[in-house]
Amino acid sequence: MGLAKRIIPCLDVNAGRVVKGVNFVGLKDAGDPVEVARRYNEQGADEVTFLDITASSDGRGLILPIIEAVSAEIFIPLTVGGGVRAVEDVRVLLNAGADKISMNTAAILNPRLISDAAHRFGSQCIVVAIDAKRADTPSGWGVFTHGGRNATGLDALAWAEECARLGAGELLLTSMDRDGTKEGFDLALTRAVSDAVGVPLVASGGVGNLQHLVDGVLKGGADAVLAASIFHYGEYTVRQAKDFMAAAGIEVRL
Amino acid sequence: MTHIAVIDYGMGNLRSVAKAIEHVAPNATVEVTGNPNRVRAADRVVFPGQGAMPDCMRELDHRNLRPALLDAARNKPFLGLCIGLQMLFDTSEEGPTEGLGLFSGKVLRFSEEHLFSVDGQRLKIPHMGWNEVWQLGVHPLWRSIPDGARFYFVHSYYVQERDSGLAAASSRYPHSFTCAVARDNVFAVQFHPEKSAAAGLALLGNFVHWKP
Repeated sequence: MGLAKRIIPCLDVNAGRVVKGVNFVGLKDAGDPVEVARRYNEQGADEVTFLDITASSDGRGLILPIIEAVSAEIFIPLTVGGGVRAVEDVRVLLNAGADKISMNTAAILNPRLISDAAHRFGSQCIVVAIDAKRADTPSGWGVFTHGGRNATGLDALAWAEECARLGAGELLLTSMDRDGTKEGFDLALTRAVSDAVGVPLVASGGVGNLQHLVDGVLKGGADAVLAASIFHYGEYTVRQAKDFMAAAGIEVRL
Repeated sequence: MTHIAVIDYGMGNLRSVAKAIEHVAPNATVEVTGNPNRVRAADRVVFPGQGAMPDCMRELDHRNLRPALLDAARNKPFLGLCIGLQMLFDTSEEGPTEGLGLFSGKVLRFSEEHLFSVDGQRLKIPHMGWNEVWQLGVHPLWRSIPDGARFYFVHSYYVQERDSGLAAASSRYPHSFTCAVARDNVFAVQFHPEKSAAAGLALLGNFVHWKP
C-alpha cells in the first residue's frame, strides 16, 4: 500500500458565489463557497478545486476572500483556477491561502508563464489545465480554449509534455468531447497523457457515475479524478465514491 | 501565553501553516516572522519550506536567520516541515546545495527509472497526495494518531539519514523512505500537517503541547 488516488470535487464560483446546484441536506446556503467546501471536507474530499468563472472584471477579486475564509478553517489542499493571467495573479492567490494555482489559456498564449511561476513559487503549486478534444493533430487530440470552441492548433499530447518540461507540477486534463455528457472520461486521451508525462495527472470531464471514476484510474491511469455535478446534485457523496473505488481495488484515503 | 514563531524567509506562503496552528492553539500567539530576534524570543519554532532548497538556503542566509534557527533547534521545541526537514541535513542533490548540517545525511531525488508500483503503473514526480505514515517507535508528537494514518505529501526529494535511530516514521513510494525524524527537541516531517486534515491537526496540537 502507498499513495492514495485522490478524489477532487470542483466548485464553479461566479462573483463570489457557488454556481450550479449544490444539493446537500441541511446546507444553509448552497451558494456559500465556504459552507460547500466544509461539507466536501467532512465527506472526505482529498482536495477541493475552485474554478473562478467570473466574466465581469468587477467581480473577479471576490474569489480572494473566499480562499482566505476556506483556508482558515479547512485543512486540505485547495486549488484555484480561472482568470490566472500573470505571475502576479499566482502570487496573490497563493497569499490568500491557495496551495495550487491552475492556469489554462494564459499559459497557451505565453508558455513562459509556466516556467516563470514554477521558478518563483515551485513546481508543486503550478497546475496547467488542458482542455482537449478530438482533432486532426498528431496524437488525435487538440488543445482548445473558450469552452472547446477555439482551436489553438496545439497537439494535446505534445502540449502536455511541454507543460511538464516547463515546470508544471500537475496537469488537469479535461475532455471537451465528454465534459457535461455524463458518459465518462475519455479514457484513451487520459491514458495517452498519463503514459507520456511524468507529473501527476488529474482526469476531468464526463463523470456520470462512480464506475467512471474507477475507469479513470484503472484504465486511464489518472492519479486523481475531478468531478463536479455528481457531487453537487447530491447523487453521490465523496465518501460513497471512495467506498466504491476501494471495492474496485483502488487505494483511497478513507 | 505561548509564543510560536513560524520562520518566514520569503519562500512561499505561510498563511496555511499559521492558520492551522492557530486552529489547534487558540490561546497561543502565532507569529510569522523573518526577524531573528523574534525567532529568539519565541517559545516554540516552526520551520517550513517550499520551492527549491538552493533558493531556500540562500534566502535564509540573506535574512541572517541561520544563527537564530540553529539556536532554536538546539534549545526549544522545533518543528520542521517539508523543505524545512530537508534543510536540516548536510547536503542535497537539488542544486546541489549545502544544508544546515544539524543532522548527518543527504537529500536525494526520487529516481524516475525505479518509480513503478507493484502492478506496473508508472509513479509520478512529485510524490503528490495522501500517503501512509508508519511510525517508528513512540513519540509524543504521534499521540492519538493511528499508525499508518495518511498525511498529505508534495515533494520530489527525500532525506536519507546516516544515524540509525533518527527516523521517526517512514512512508513508501514505492520504496520505503524516511518521512519524519526526531531528536531531543527537534521533530521534522516531509509531509504537510497543515494540509492533512484531522491527522495533521492532531500532530500540530501535539507539537504545541510538547515538553521535550
